[in-house]
Order: sequence, then structure tokens, then C-alpha cells
Amino acid sequence: MSAPATTAALRVTGLTAGYGPVTALDGVDVAAEPGHITAVLGANGAGKTTLLRTVSGLVPARSGSVHAGDVDLTGAAPEKIARAGIAHVPEGRGVITELTVEENLRLGALLGKARGRADTAIDDVYTMFPPLAERRRRDAHTLSGGERQMLVIGRALACGPDVLLLDEPSLGLAPRVVSQIFELLRERVEGSRLAVLLVEQNARSALSVADVGVVLNLGRVVASAPAAELAADDALRHAYLGF
Amino acid sequence: MLQFVNTLLTGLGQGAVYAAFALALVLIWRATRVVNFAQGAMAAFTTYLALLVVESTGSWWVGLLVALACGLVLGAGVERVVVRRVGPHNELGAVIVTLGLFVALQALASILFGAQFRSFPAPAGLEGFSVGGVTVALTPSMLITIGAVAVVLLGLVALFRFTDVGLRMRASAFDGEVARLLGVPVGRMLTLGWALAALVGSLAGVLIASGSLVWPAYMDTVIVNGFVAAVLGGLDSPGGAVVGGLAMGVILALVTGYVGADLVPLAALAVLVAVLLVRPQGLFARTAARRV
Repeated sequence: MSAPATTAALRVTGLTAGYGPVTALDGVDVAAEPGHITAVLGANGAGKTTLLRTVSGLVPARSGSVHAGDVDLTGAAPEKIARAGIAHVPEGRGVITELTVEENLRLGALLGKARGRADTAIDDVYTMFPPLAERRRRDAHTLSGGERQMLVIGRALACGPDVLLLDEPSLGLAPRVVSQIFELLRERVEGSRLAVLLVEQNARSALSVADVGVVLNLGRVVASAPAAELAADDALRHAYLGF
Repeated sequence: MLQFVNTLLTGLGQGAVYAAFALALVLIWRATRVVNFAQGAMAAFTTYLALLVVESTGSWWVGLLVALACGLVLGAGVERVVVRRVGPHNELGAVIVTLGLFVALQALASILFGAQFRSFPAPAGLEGFSVGGVTVALTPSMLITIGAVAVVLLGLVALFRFTDVGLRMRASAFDGEVARLLGVPVGRMLTLGWALAALVGSLAGVLIASGSLVWPAYMDTVIVNGFVAAVLGGLDSPGGAVVGGLAMGVILALVTGYVGADLVPLAALAVLVAVLLVRPQGLFARTAARRV
């Protein structure tokens, strides 16, 4: 593969992956740019979650490549990919419920940092999500759904990533909580060097916060365009996005 | 009254050892969902090494340190070389492998160190202290036993509660996938967990042997009682393992003192059955519902 012309924070090229005889991803190209939110949309089974799990090394790639900046991460172990600056918030939250709120955050903040800087990273999360600060000594299983989502996003941000992979953050949350979290995310990304790859089934709210949208169907990219353009394309919306 | 106090003291001394052994089981269970049946044989092995050192240096303490160091290495080695090969999500396979290790290590100990009884020196006196002219069943050696278990327990609590490595180990144990996504080298944490567990097991091995006899199978009753202690306290709870261990020590001492020593194995079985019937998650299990 020749190096891409512009260096995206994350560049996925021709990625193919699957489970046993099933091919879940079939030659997918996606890029995430610094300061931008890229929404990955599509129906159940389109390959959205597999895309994120392959990028973060949890599912092995059969072919294709994953680059973070100039670094080739194809086939690397998940912990190495995490240390290379890619933070993955898995579907179903991924809170470690037996640990306290602060311990969850510290786990993220410890990634490649000294103790003092870890404390700063944790404080930044509390500033972004004040409800977490009030509950810092509580076990994480006492948190509400919205607070858990804040915790996992905060924990991923505490890693100090270049790329944030978010899998269905709206799942099971009230619409008001979703728009609140998306707004905070937008603020955090705007003008920063953070690139976000946002996987959502809730296409309408995802496109409202994203800059670019990519539509997957049966493991292939069927559309890739600025978010406003996708939202305005009636045929596409009806066919793949369900709104 | 004096007999009752003496029985209690004896039970607490014995219970401290069960507590250490149960703690070793719990550490591995929490991290890998495997009951390490080889724990006793591993401890017997390191205790024999300690005995060689004690006999050549004359120092019980040097022997203990050697046993603990060998325990660390043996635990890490067993995880890296044997248990890891079984692969993840194969708990039954791992349990069978530890049973095989148990048999193999015990046989190897017979070959290397001989099958005969050998006496292991005590760290200090075995005469009871006298309180107001009455001799009680608390000996200097027992104090060292209880003290050593307390130091190791507090050390582990401090490690898990207050250090970054401890936090990473707990995260790896509770949710390996999420831990890896946060950059935690989960494999290395598991190795460390096995090493620490084997260290605690080795401590139990030396303490139970001290002032008594060792032979290749001398840990067998400790395995049974330590396992019951761990189930009693809750296999997920290190604090429970300690309380369960002390409780087992006292219960079995009471049975020995007031009913008859022959009934001790039966009493251990009765406790196990009672716990499994009444509170199968153990006395100190926290949230019963994980496994989502």
C-alpha cells in the first residue's frame, strides 16, 4: 500500500473481517480526520460494530490495513493499539462495575502517563461531566445509564487518544440524554486534534452531530458524504437509515 | 474455660494457615475462573526447597524467603507454560490441567525429595506462653504464623487498593476485554496474579510444615480445608477467604477438642454442604449478578 496523500488520524483501507464462514466486513474504506466526527451508519448486521472491533484489534483483519497517522496497526494486539492512541468505547458501555467511578477513570488516565498527569486527565473528565465528580467514590454499578455512558466516554478521553471509537452511545438512553452527550462531544472535538468515529443505529441524531457520514450495508460502504448531504438524500435515508 | 480458650487459640493459629491457602485459591479464581487444584502440590514443592535451605543455612527465615521467591517463579511459570496453553474460555480444561499438575508435582516431589517423613523446624518456640501461672496454647511460633499471614494479607490489600498495578490486575480480572482496550497488558497481569497466588500458597505451605512433618502429600488436608474456607467466605472475596479460613480453623479445633479428631474430615464436609445449601455464593460475596 502506498502512503495516503493526506495523513488522517485513522485510515482504514480495504478492510475485510468476519466470524467463521461469515464475512462481516468486505473491503471497507473509512477515514477519520482530526477535529471531525465521522458517523458510521447502517442497519443491524451491516458490520458497524465489527468495523470498530477490527480497528481496535479485537477481531483479526483478514485483509486490508489500519493506519493511525503513519503508524501501521494492522494485526496489532488491542493493548498495543490502545497505547498507539486509539480509544474504543465498546457497545453495551464497558463500565467495569466492580470498580469505583474514579478507578474506572484512572484506568484510562494511566495509559502512558505519569501519576501527576493522570490526575489532571481525571479532573478534566470531571469538568466535562460534573455528575461523575459527585459520584467519584461510588461503585460504578450504582450509576444510571446516562452516567455510565459519560463514564466510558470520559474514561476513553482520559486515555488522551487521537482517535475515539464510539459504538452505539445512544443505546438505551433517553433522547434528551443522548443530545446532551452528543453536544458535549461536539464541544470537545471542535477545534481539537481528536478524530471521532461514531457508530450509530440512530442515524438521525448521529447525522445531526457528525461532519461526515459513511453508510454500511452488508459489510460494504454504500455511501460516503458530508453529513448534511446524506441527511438530505431521501432515497438513501429510506433505503438504509430508516428515517 | 481454659480448655475452651486453648481450643480457640489453636483454631485461630491453624485458621491463619487455611486463610492464606484460601486466599491463594481466591486470587486465581478471581483472575481466571479456575480453581487451582495444584496449589497444594506447588506449595509442598516450595516447602521442600525451603527445607533444603533451612537444613543447610540453619535459618528458618532464609528458608521462608526462598520458598516465597520460588513460589513466585513457580506460579508465573505454571501460568505461562501450562495454563495459558489451554486457551481462554476453557475453564474445565484449565481445571483438569491443574489436577494433572497436582499429581505430577506430588510424584516429582517423591522422586526428588523422597517419600519419607521429614521434620521441618519451627521458627520459634513451641512452648505455650504462661499467663498468671497457667500455660495457654499460644506459642511464639503461632504468633509468627498469624503475623506472617496478617502482613501478607495487608500487603495484598494495599497492592490491590492503592497501586496502579493492583488496579490493572483487578480490571483484568473483572473484564479482560475492556482492560485490553485501555492498554492494560492483561496476559502479564494474569501471570503476576498466578505468581502472587503461588507466593501466598507457599507461605501457607511453610507455615503448616513448621514444627511438624513434611511428606509429599502433607498438604492434602490443607487443600481440602482451605478450599472449604474459600467457599465459605465466597470464592470472589479475598476478605471472605481470610474470615472463612479463621472460621474453619476454629470450627475444626472445636470439633477436635469436644467431639473427636476422627470427625474433622466429616465436619469439613458438613460445612461445605451447609454453605452450598444455604448460601452458595459464600458469606461475603458482593453482587451476585455478574455474568451478563
